[in-house]
Amino acid sequence: MFYREAGQYKTSYKEDSAIFPILQDRIAIWFYLAVAFVIIPLFGSEFLINSVMIPFLVFALATIGLNILTGYTGQISLGHGAFMGVGAYSTYKLVTYFPDTNVVVLILLSGFFSAAVGMVFGLPSLKIKGFYLVVTTLAAQFFLEWAFIRIPWLYNYNDSGAIEVPQREVFNIIVTGPDASVLSRYFVVLSIVVVMTWIASNIIHGRIGRSWMMIRDMDIAAELIGVRPLFAKLSSFAVSSFYAGVAGALMVFLWLGAAEVESFDVNVSFQILFMVIIGGLGSLVGSFLGAAFIWILPIVIRAVPRIMGMDINASTVEQLNFMIVGALIVLFLIIEPHGLARMWAILKQKLRVWPFPY
Amino acid sequence: MDFLYSVFIGPFIDMASAPDFLLQVLWEGFVAGTLYSLIALGFVLIFKASGVFNFAQGIMAVFAALTLVGLYEAGVPAYLALLITIGIMALLAVGVERLILRHMVNQDEIILFMATIGLSYFLIGLGELIFGGETKSMITEQLGLPTGSTTVDVAGGIVILQHIDIAAAVIAVIMVVALAVFFNITRIGRALRAVADDHQAALSVGISLNQIWAIVWFAAGIVALATGIMWGARSDVSFALQIVALKALPVLMLGGFTSIPGAIVGGLIVGFGEKLFEVYWGGLMGGGVEGWFAYVIALIFLLFRPQGLFGDKIIERV
Repeated sequence: MFYREAGQYKTSYKEDSAIFPILQDRIAIWFYLAVAFVIIPLFGSEFLINSVMIPFLVFALATIGLNILTGYTGQISLGHGAFMGVGAYSTYKLVTYFPDTNVVVLILLSGFFSAAVGMVFGLPSLKIKGFYLVVTTLAAQFFLEWAFIRIPWLYNYNDSGAIEVPQREVFNIIVTGPDASVLSRYFVVLSIVVVMTWIASNIIHGRIGRSWMMIRDMDIAAELIGVRPLFAKLSSFAVSSFYAGVAGALMVFLWLGAAEVESFDVNVSFQILFMVIIGGLGSLVGSFLGAAFIWILPIVIRAVPRIMGMDINASTVEQLNFMIVGALIVLFLIIEPHGLARMWAILKQKLRVWPFPY
Repeated sequence: MDFLYSVFIGPFIDMASAPDFLLQVLWEGFVAGTLYSLIALGFVLIFKASGVFNFAQGIMAVFAALTLVGLYEAGVPAYLALLITIGIMALLAVGVERLILRHMVNQDEIILFMATIGLSYFLIGLGELIFGGETKSMITEQLGLPTGSTTVDVAGGIVILQHIDIAAAVIAVIMVVALAVFFNITRIGRALRAVADDHQAALSVGISLNQIWAIVWFAAGIVALATGIMWGARSDVSFALQIVALKALPVLMLGGFTSIPGAIVGGLIVGFGEKLFEVYWGGLMGGGVEGWFAYVIALIFLLFRPQGLFGDKIIERV
């Protein structure tokens, strides 16, 4: 009734191939942006912004990265936790060497380092396919984890082996380090995520994105039509790890403030893969939905006993949390293996034809 | 020059000058390899029969071991606890088939893989909830497993063999033989092989897929229990085994997903390789190379033989 394209005529090819062809969708996207940029900073508590929104955005960015690789190009990776680490450590080194440069620029630059590392570990994908690729990306994961510990140069030879974020200002506002305000960090993260999502959307809908999808759907056929697998696969690995690297840098510099190897271990890789699968393979909306689901659900579960006034100790809640998340993941995969994005699409379709069933 | 020497010549001189130490390292590698093989065996069983890549195999091993120790600590006699644990693994197998697999027929393998990760989260939570999160030590003696060690004189030195390691190797061999016999002789075993070959053809000759899956998961549960006991006896029972269980992946890659002998050989290659590399070459790189060596060696192998050593040849058609 309200969500319908009736009467919206398209008079040019540009309008016809727009990402949001329906007016209501365009209004909705501006509404979400308004909520994120205005309403949440105005009314959100510090807990909401610092412990829910910032990590959610960071993980959403990493999920977009993995979705480019797994959802759009069909290559499974369990190394993205480590690629995030490459971004974080290279930002740390860049910040050390160029203390006066704008830190946001350095965070974005660090993506190129993780992209390079990602391409190196993506090389076997030219020969190895499917599940076998999991092992090669796991090799990346464990090798990089080892490198983060054993190469002291990466953490400036400090005794703790951790990287501590120094204080940096952008336009005279402190954005990193212990004194940075929550709001300034939130705005930096949000801006980067919004811009990079927009770029990702454009890449995916363009020639490169289409060649990725051809590789995903059938690589031999794609090769016969003239897609170069070398270029398509490696560019996918590069873009994907670029996003992961920036997400890792954001995670350490604008959220955690300090990080050790454990922040990038294989569980992070699994978590991001979960976000991709639960959100929906090959969907940018799904990346956000998946990140929200996997990140926010445990926070809600932890909060439930406190709200209901039950006295359960923390470790029991944590164990129940594991069980519930595990069970819900299985349940979700049974109900809708194509993820939240498919549910979202079904919902939109229902709204479109409402009040009729079809 | 020094570097080349320390890579290509030094380690071999070390090996030749202390053969007893080399033997000890090889023995350690053999033992680690058997345990990897056992975990990989569980993977292969399930993969062959249902095409599910069961990530939860390592967690199942911990869960089984935890149940066994937990029951014993609750006052159940050791052998009875063992029987009850086997019963619980059977329940788990039926539960997995009823609640998960049955609803996921015909899904992509990555979806099934994800479901088993969900299952492993669930088992971690459940195990810790019931039996507590702290590490426990395995009830080795109460189960009648040998403890202590034997010292053997060889090559002008001594090699120390832990009895539990010998027992682990023997049990691994027994399990492989038993599984081979089970697969080749019994009715259910033949049905299993039929299912592994072609689901639809198996269905059409009247084999119940649901029943087969439950049986396979139960068999994998038994393998998991054996792995859990052996691993628990060597170190202790905790969910840290999860990372070790991940090493079964490169083992499988080496051996090929569908081959039981492949799982064994792959496990041994990884076990020997990583111990030798850690001891003789690891020092060059600052140590701790055991963590990634298995994956890198699997990667190199795969570049030359994408289907693994014993796997079926991959044929691609457009």
